[in-house]
Amino acid sequence: MLFELRDVSLSRGGRTVLDSLSADVPAGATAIVGPSGAGKSTLLRLLNRLADPDSGAISFRGEPLDERDPRRLRREVGLVPQLPALLDGTVRDNLAFAAHLAGRPFDCARSLRLAGLAADFADRRVDELSVGEQQRAMLGRALAQEPTVLLLDEPTAALDHASRDAVEGALAELRRELEISLVLVSHDPGQARRLGEWAVRLEGGRAIEAGPAAEVLA
Amino acid sequence: MSSIHVTPGEVAASLALVALAAAISRWRRADLERDIGIATVRSFVQLTAIGYAIKLIFEADTLWLVFALLAVMVLFGALTARSRAKRVPGSFWPLLIALALAGASTLGLVVALGIFEATARYLVPVGGMVIGNAMTASAVALNRLGDEMADSRARIEATLALGASAEEAAQPTVRRALRSGMITLVDSTKTTGLIFFPGTMVGMLLAGAEPTDAVRLQLILLYTLLGSVSIAALVATLLAYRNFFTAAEQLREPGG
Repeated sequence: MLFELRDVSLSRGGRTVLDSLSADVPAGATAIVGPSGAGKSTLLRLLNRLADPDSGAISFRGEPLDERDPRRLRREVGLVPQLPALLDGTVRDNLAFAAHLAGRPFDCARSLRLAGLAADFADRRVDELSVGEQQRAMLGRALAQEPTVLLLDEPTAALDHASRDAVEGALAELRRELEISLVLVSHDPGQARRLGEWAVRLEGGRAIEAGPAAEVLA
Repeated sequence: MSSIHVTPGEVAASLALVALAAAISRWRRADLERDIGIATVRSFVQLTAIGYAIKLIFEADTLWLVFALLAVMVLFGALTARSRAKRVPGSFWPLLIALALAGASTLGLVVALGIFEATARYLVPVGGMVIGNAMTASAVALNRLGDEMADSRARIEATLALGASAEEAAQPTVRRALRSGMITLVDSTKTTGLIFFPGTMVGMLLAGAEPTDAVRLQLILLYTLLGSVSIAALVATLLAYRNFFTAAEQLREPGG
């Protein structure tokens, strides 16, 4: 099992966000679905230790997550947030920084191609990109670290249809080309069905259903 | 050094201009009469008290009293600056250390270089200016740091998500905060003598000193202040940014 969560609870500002949540996330592509406020994004942040739960246990490939060094874990379990947040400079600067952090050889063109961007995006300044292009640059930046797991928080929520299709195409291509697992948060059942093999449904901070995506999202 | 005598009557006469300020405030409904009154009374009480304290310290002429006075200035400076850096968690210790280091290192340096003697007559006024300017600079820097950290949360967290350290993720923010702490004095140093006459020079000219002496002393003080302001802003930002992060390199929740 990729991730196992047992009785995970977390409160923020007096509000219970995750309430004794237990779920399994297998290797492959898993979609986390549910209404807004169900705790989907928070769950994703726990998986690469951008936050830690108040109580409960999470394991990654059978090892307790809280025993993993957070910085090394994050290079192995990449996260692409809902809104793009690149560093100032060019696309290449961003990708090179990520590769350097992970100690990976830097192949800018390959990372861009995997993210569905042409090689000439490398020298574009990030403030000149559309939101859709920035989101794909974020994906390329995460891929430059060659993670084994990619956490995607509503990767197309801010995008128009054409950009959404391009990002989804890039993600599907990734799954075919690399040994990488995806954990995808989406409010769109159609997208969850297109990209997910497994699905976990959250409601009120608890996992209320899990199984093959075709069944859970039927 | 020549010296001038100022009578209480002359001070009282200058209150006419305070009355003018209050009148303008009332006439244009700026609603500052009360604040002007408080400022006038406080400045009178505080300056009179510090005047007597300095007189005592000058007469005693022991360095321990000088250090005690400077330590009190550092403490009050850190408390004042903290109130302007409300969005920075645990800002008191970084500010206290920043002011103490800025004061100690710049005063130590000007004494070691033989610019000033290590006596109360030099250390008290120069120390007061150094600590006062260091306080303003570190307060501005941390105020900016708090705002920038709040505005840049998404970007900082996205950078942490790549496995960057808190230092790497916060670096652009810390750099902007440091810059804003230093820039005011750098800019005013650029225009000094053209657009405004700094206080020391004005004071020396009024006291009857040679203009060349007044200018030289003013230059020494400006350069000393540049050093102290830079040290204070640097130390305050470097110590304070860490308080936004947990030991596991996570960004703390605001107010948490």
